[in-house]
Amino acid sequence: MGVMSQGVQTGTNTAGMDREVATQQLNAELQDKGFLLTSVDDVINWARTGSLHWMTFGLACCAVEMMHTSMPRYDLERYGTAPRASPRQSDLMIVAGTLTNKMAPALRKVYDQMPEPRYVISMGSCANGGGYYHYSYSVVRGCDRIVPVDVYVPGCPPTAEALMYGLMQLQRKIRRTGTIVR
Amino acid sequence: MMSDALSELGTHIELKRPDCVIGWEVAFGELTIDVVLANIVGFVEFLKTDATCKFSSLVDITGVDYPDRIKRFDVVYHLLSMYQNQRIRLRVSVREDDLVPSIIEVHPCANWFEREVFDMFGVIFSGHPDLRRLLTDYGFRGHPLRKDFPTTGYTEVRYDEALKRVVYEPVSLVQEYRQFDFMSPWEGAHYILPGDEKKEGAK
Repeated sequence: MGVMSQGVQTGTNTAGMDREVATQQLNAELQDKGFLLTSVDDVINWARTGSLHWMTFGLACCAVEMMHTSMPRYDLERYGTAPRASPRQSDLMIVAGTLTNKMAPALRKVYDQMPEPRYVISMGSCANGGGYYHYSYSVVRGCDRIVPVDVYVPGCPPTAEALMYGLMQLQRKIRRTGTIVR
Repeated sequence: MMSDALSELGTHIELKRPDCVIGWEVAFGELTIDVVLANIVGFVEFLKTDATCKFSSLVDITGVDYPDRIKRFDVVYHLLSMYQNQRIRLRVSVREDDLVPSIIEVHPCANWFEREVFDMFGVIFSGHPDLRRLLTDYGFRGHPLRKDFPTTGYTEVRYDEALKRVVYEPVSLVQEYRQFDFMSPWEGAHYILPGDEKKEGAK
């Protein structure tokens, strides 16, 4: 933290760079030259984070919260996402709800049909580790037993904000670790 | 007032069908009739057609397990009369190896209800066209709502990276199942807690 005395910051600047200025510089460069220089990796990752089409795998009450996330108040689509009904068109699967033994092979089948690169968000206690139904005879104790999970969103159910934060964490993960070959 | 009408209904049904009714009672504002197992189909049909009953909709069929009884299961039928605005509950006691006559002929919607009862309790219905499991997994062993069925079941699933498919394995719990005592202190627990003797001494 920077040193503050009487509401005036006197130490080193901790606020970071002025984003507005950075954007304006970028804009000025683009207008001046007509092009921008970056690496292919960055462009591809930028495109990936900006178009996460999600497979709507709503299994229980969490699915309702997942719908809320895509509704006007939180409007997930402003991140370039879109709910897809087909696994072949989606990059991201949100496992929202209780995964039962009977559903497990179907979930895996859907995951296998998704094209690479593919990501999984496990949403809610039940999908994370069985949750309330952990000791049940019919529930999988965590969907990570069936598919590899990238981000776990806690909650029962998680709020729409929580899921949105989970998605932003996934975008961050893609930006940091994403390579062309996953 | 409501229970008067129910008592009237119970008396009427007992008079009309003494061969089917073992006994009836009105409790918590609901009419419950104990029915002879062999006559259940005829009785349900009677309730559907009789002018003072007209129980035209079958709401639910379910079961109860009493492991200590010789007639181990109760199969419970809930019926609704849209015409008389009445509800009724029929109860049939069943041994583990008894066959319950299916009431699909009278109420076709009984099909899946009976499948569910078969799935959950293992009660077998005779004359059912397609008595398969309804809710549990394919190849499931046991009947989950029986009292002697372990909560965690016998198998769990996992994706096997080598076999490239979901495999079934015997249950291995990472953390033991914990039994919590959820008895509300306000509703009165019937066991003695440490310190309870002080209450008696104070009197």
